[in-house]
This record gives sequence, structure tokens and C-alpha cells, in this order.
Amino acid sequence: MLLLLAPWLVGFSVFFGYPIVMAVYLSLNHYDLLSPPRWVGLANYRYLFTIDPQVGTAVKNTLWLVAILVPAQVLFALGIALMLARARRGVGIFRTIFYLPALAPPVAATLGFVYILNPATGPVNALLGHLGISGPLWFQDPAWAKPSLVVLGLWGVGNTMVIFLAAVLDVPRHLYESAEIDGAGPWQRLRWVTLPSISPVILFAVVLGVIQALQYFTQAYVAANIASGQASQAADVTAASLGYPQDSTLFYPVLLYQHGFSDYQMGYASALSVVLLIVSFAVTLVIVVNSRRWVHHAGAIR
Amino acid sequence: MRRKRFLVAVANHSFLIAAAIAFLAPFLFIMLTSLMTNEQALSSRFWPHPFAWHNFVDVFHEAPLGRWTFNTLEYSVLGTLGLLLSSVPVAYALARLRFRGRNLMFMIVLVALMLPPQVSVVPLYVMWAKLHLVGTLWPVILPNWFGDAFSIFLLRQFFLTIPEEYLDAARVDGLGELRVLSTVVVRLAKPAIAAVALFSFLYTFNDFFLPLLYTGENPHNWPLQIGLSQFRSLHQVQWNLTMAATLLVMAPVIVIFFLAQKAFVEGVTLTGVKG
Repeated sequence: MLLLLAPWLVGFSVFFGYPIVMAVYLSLNHYDLLSPPRWVGLANYRYLFTIDPQVGTAVKNTLWLVAILVPAQVLFALGIALMLARARRGVGIFRTIFYLPALAPPVAATLGFVYILNPATGPVNALLGHLGISGPLWFQDPAWAKPSLVVLGLWGVGNTMVIFLAAVLDVPRHLYESAEIDGAGPWQRLRWVTLPSISPVILFAVVLGVIQALQYFTQAYVAANIASGQASQAADVTAASLGYPQDSTLFYPVLLYQHGFSDYQMGYASALSVVLLIVSFAVTLVIVVNSRRWVHHAGAIR
Repeated sequence: MRRKRFLVAVANHSFLIAAAIAFLAPFLFIMLTSLMTNEQALSSRFWPHPFAWHNFVDVFHEAPLGRWTFNTLEYSVLGTLGLLLSSVPVAYALARLRFRGRNLMFMIVLVALMLPPQVSVVPLYVMWAKLHLVGTLWPVILPNWFGDAFSIFLLRQFFLTIPEEYLDAARVDGLGELRVLSTVVVRLAKPAIAAVALFSFLYTFNDFFLPLLYTGENPHNWPLQIGLSQFRSLHQVQWNLTMAATLLVMAPVIVIFFLAQKAFVEGVTLTGVKG
């Protein structure tokens, strides 16, 4: 028994329990990795909540992801799944095509999109130009950088779409038949049969989306790095590029990375991570407490 | 009525086809650009003229793709092996054995599943720095050897579906729990174990944040994703070669997908419906 659990018990203590306790301790210190930690009490938190102007920006940008990116991805995936469920022919091939981009490694996908949405010569703006529309500056414009990340996010929505499609196809046929007998049109069938039946899966997708939004890093880091390099044509831009352009892609994890691993302010980065821990824990708690309810729902469908 | 249905079906299919083209277009643009000359990649022309096939040779001279691939494979193979060996027993214990604190442990797995890696990253970085392992891939490989929350969760869900009679039959034959696990359970759970291994491979192949943290300063140990992200700034390389490298990094995942498509879609569905 203990033998089965031993590796995980060790792993849990070393890679989960210890760092969380240690993060709280470090957050009360000034620590740059070179000299030993120096106790500063709540100074890091005071700076975080009242002085650091970037925290507000990072929180706003992260909330933007929760409010725009997550719903956009869920609705888009749902729309495609619903259309796929109605298709008579070619479901398999369509499903493969829509799923494929979700597999593309995030770094590679982001690189591809920075090129495709390249304002001057990228194919999207070239196409828009042929239609007489002058396209936006995409990743180069603070107002368009986040929407560009949404475009990238919608392209990679395949996982959610596959889950939705499976759920939609699982809705018992007789529910639709009786609804039809009652005179329900397509919209009413969608509203009163399909959506309630798959609501647990939708909730699951939203929850997963929020959790991923809280840790959104790779795409932001790569897009900012490549786009800023493109603009300046300088060789070494990594350090200055975080959040490019003008902190519009400075999400909370990017800020944490900047303080911890670009400036080596381990104490302040720990304070940032403790705040993130509390927020994620609150979100998680809400989910776990409610999970019984929707898992039960899921059981009831089948 | 029938006419209307037909029109709706046509509209539905037209929309699907349009969406499919939009989903495939980025792949096509990346592919076309990877075959252009540098001057052409900087123009707004769509079609390569002439086709610059040598880009796929040049890209290996511009960047140590072989070295990066080796590093990625080291991370993927060692990580996935350790993850399976450590996660299967825990998942089995959580699914089929009765002991005090089991539900609490499962709750902890769920919480661990949902917390961002950024939460624990600072103290862990300090720990690995003290062990002089920053700059290597060990800080991302070793934690896999001590159980992975997502895999434990997925395997547990599958183990719950194995009928108790199979296990009892083995126990009556005098097998201990460890033998029951290594013979009966592992054999029955092959599809789930394969799915977990597949997900782990993909995760390690695509992983960026932690490898960047630990190997960022040491190009010798960069896995593919870090190398690719630094590709342009490294040599001021051209877009055509960057897109060729991008395509090469996408290719293995897509090939694996077509080889194991069924396991994939089933695995993804399992994560969602049983969630």
C-alpha cells in the first residue's frame, strides 16, 4: 500500500508542499539568489498592491483573457461542434481538420501567426489589401495584440470542439423527437434540449479555460519576442520585449517571469506567486465543491 | 419543407467548408513561405517562385536542430517513462484500494491539477539552483518520476471502470496487490496507459515555460521549442527559414496524430466527458 503511494507522497512533499510553504517565506524577504534572504516583512506585498504600476496592467490583461478569450473559444468550439453534428457527410474529415491546429506546438503556432499577421507583407493583410481594406497592425499595435492572440486561440480550439461534438452526439434521439412532436423548432430544440444536456461539458470547458487563462504565458512571450524583434531588427531583444507592444501582452505570469527570472527578484516574485496561488485556489475550490453536482449530471445523461 | 431542409443542409455544409479552409490556411501559408526565397518571403506574393527546396537543408546549417531534437527526446522519453512508472500505482491505489485519507488525497490531486506551475516555480528554481542543476533538463524531467496529477487523475477514472470480479479472481489466486496491478490491471488498462503516454509525450514535446526557465541561459540544452522561439533572434534569420523550422517542429506531432488518431480522439473525449 505505502509502497504504491511512496513516490507520489515524496513528490507531493518536495514539488508541491515544500515550494508553497517556501514561497510564503520568501515573499517576506528580499532575495536575489546571490546573498542570503533578508527579512523585509510585508514590504513586497505593500509594493505589489499599492505601488507597482505593472501589477494593475497585468491583472487587467489577464482578466481580459478571462472575459474575452475564454467565452470566444467556448462559443466558437460549440458553434463548430453543432454544425458538425448536423452534417450528413464528411464528419470525420472535418473533425480532423478542425482538430489538427490544436496539436501544433504553441511556439510553432505563435511563430506562424506572427508571420501570417505580419502587417506589411503578411498574407492576411495582403488579402485584405486586395479587397481594398487596410488591415490592422496586429501584433505591432497595443490595441490589436490581444485580439491577435484571440485569433490564434480560436485556431487551436480543436480539443474543446471534439469534447463538445462527443457530448452533442450523446444527447438521446428520443428527446429531440418528443420536442419535435411538441412543435419545437430548431432554435427551441437547441435551447431546451441540446444546451441543457451538454451543460456539464460546457461548464467543464469554461473552468478549464479560466485555469489556462490564469497561466497564459507561452503565446504571449513568443509573440512579443518575435514581433518586437521584427520591429527593431536588433539581435538581442528578449529582455526588453516582455509585454510588447506597450505592455499590452503583459499578463500576470509574464510579469512574474520578468521579476523572478529576468530581474532575479525572488522575494517579490514569490509575493506575486502567493497572490496567484490564493486566486487560483479560490477558483479551484469553487470548482471542486461544485464538481460533484456536474459530474452527477454527466452521469445522468448517459 | 423538404426543400427548406435541403437548403439548410447546403448552408451548413458551405459554412463548414469555409471554416475548414480557414483552419487549413495557416498551415498552407507556413508551408508556402518555407519554400520561398528570402526576398520573396518579404514581399506580399503568395506562391513561391521558384520553389526554394534547399531551405530545408539550409535550416539545419543555421540552427542545431539535431541537438535540439536530441534534448527534446531526452526530456520526452525519460519524463514519460518516469511518469508512467510512478503514476500508475498511485492511480490504482486511489481507485481500488480502501484506506484512510483516500478522498483527501484525491482532492489534493485535483487541486494540484488546477494550480498554475507559476505558483511553485520560484522556490523550486532556488532549490534546483542550489543543486547546481539549473541549465540542465533535470529540473523538468525529475518531477515526472514522482507522479503527475493529470495522469493520476485520468488513470484513476479508467481504473474505476474495471470490474471488481477480475481483481478478486486474481486475489483469490493468491496474488498480492502489487502483482494484481502489474498483471491484471495493467493489461486491462492498456488503452488508457497508451493515452496517458501519448499525452505525456505531447506535453513534454510542446512544453515551454519550465524548460525556458531552466535551460534558457544554456543553449546547449535547449529543447526544440526553446530553440525555435529564439530562432529569429539567434542569427537574424529570414522568415522563409523560420517557417521551414516551424514546419519541421509541427511535423512530428501531426505524423503521430495520423498514426494514433483513434487513441487521440478517444483520449481527448475521455478527459472531457469524465471530467
